[in-house]
Amino acid sequence: MTAARDVVVTGLGATTPLGGDAPSTWAAALAGESGARTLDNDWAEKYELPVTFAATIKVAPSEVLSRPEIKRMDPSTQYAMVAAREAWADAGSPEVDGERLGAVVSSGIGGIWTTLDGWDTLKERGARRMLPMTVPMLMPNSPVAYVSLELGAQAGAHALVSACASGAEAIGYAVDMIRTGRADVVVAGGTEATIHPMPIAAFAASRTLSLRNDDPQRASRPYDVDRDGFVIGEGAAVLVLESAEHAAARGARVYAKIAGVGLSSDAYHITSPDPEGKGQVAAMRRALEDAQVTGADVVHVNAHATSTKVGDLTETKSIRTLLGAEADHVQLSATKSMTGHLLGGAGALETLFAVKAVQERLAPPTINVDNPDPELQVPLVRNTPEKLPDGDIVAVNNSFGFGGHNVALVVASA
Amino acid sequence: MANTEQEILEGLAEIVAEETGLPTDAVVPEKSFTDDLDIDSLSMMTIVTHAEDKFGVRIPDEEVKNLTTVGDAVKFIAGAQG
Repeated sequence: MTAARDVVVTGLGATTPLGGDAPSTWAAALAGESGARTLDNDWAEKYELPVTFAATIKVAPSEVLSRPEIKRMDPSTQYAMVAAREAWADAGSPEVDGERLGAVVSSGIGGIWTTLDGWDTLKERGARRMLPMTVPMLMPNSPVAYVSLELGAQAGAHALVSACASGAEAIGYAVDMIRTGRADVVVAGGTEATIHPMPIAAFAASRTLSLRNDDPQRASRPYDVDRDGFVIGEGAAVLVLESAEHAAARGARVYAKIAGVGLSSDAYHITSPDPEGKGQVAAMRRALEDAQVTGADVVHVNAHATSTKVGDLTETKSIRTLLGAEADHVQLSATKSMTGHLLGGAGALETLFAVKAVQERLAPPTINVDNPDPELQVPLVRNTPEKLPDGDIVAVNNSFGFGGHNVALVVASA
Repeated sequence: MANTEQEILEGLAEIVAEETGLPTDAVVPEKSFTDDLDIDSLSMMTIVTHAEDKFGVRIPDEEVKNLTTVGDAVKFIAGAQG
């Protein structure tokens, strides 16, 4: 049953390591492709980087955006614009009063290319050479600001920051905007462009990156016993969310509903999840309650699973704690095995995957799991997609971020 | 090394085209940056920064407001290179 202020998904857009748009990204995910590759530059030698690969974007924005757009947007904004334009067109470019249209697009890190390029310019050439667009390019709300300009979104433009949960939190906030009547349509998602030697060195310093330099495509392996860290990725995903009432009135195609949002914070450690998974369980429980569904309704979870030793297992433990025996009926997918970790873009891309999974009744695979971790507590979709049941179904996307941020979104069939 | 006014015009047109997406042949001496080419103040300062770099001159902020047309800018740069 659908109520007027229910939130439905009517448009999808993405640019990722797997493809330059949402359909090609989804097709590559179902095919079990990896977006990781050896970096085609001299960073490893120049900076002694211990990591020589990443999941770089498949289609350069310069192939899609105009030259002036490229020059005045940080790459994080470029990716968001590509994804937002696709999502908007995919939704049928809805006729909506600007005051009823919102935008929520997050980045976990912000315009770091612009920040660091600006610093290089200052050091090497002085303040006279600093470009006037530097501040509007580096600010973390730049992606959403440009999206709001593009679409004329005047109900509010927001950029919530919660590290690797940012993209999911953006979608959660957009849901609230629609439910509370502040907007009828909201363009929401996440973006990240951090494949730059400084953040790679910084993540490597925190010992969170995979060092499998000799085999990049096999490096991201959530739940495999030999996982050794995440693969840094880049890109953006954007969804068009709409009140069910508004979508019905214009006869829009509906992919699925965002039926529940659950948020929590660990207040445990700046980077490590609470080993008991208390915050993760709370986020998922709140999301299910918000959606008015139970654990028995959940058929699929898109895991946050980044391919780190501790994080992956904490999450399956949390799922088992919350769902108990019902977790046996869950098809768990760790799509970062293919996309790498898009950081602030991850939660949006994985929500997009959960939406497509529910719509097409197909859970995407987890690749590279040669030897599943014996402590894995939930059935894992490996190598090829798994069919999801017919009828009313519910999926959950989990996204967790450094700082102890937990976001769970419930995606329900339309 | 001084450029001819024609070289400065061509170089400036390339900078304006990069910044605005306009074709280089739209950037002619009689065009006004704001009224004809729709260049806002931030874009104007970006063009100035690139022009200083390209032509090896200094265009002081107080001078920029006097550069109404493309031709004004070409003349100023030529004079500054003098």
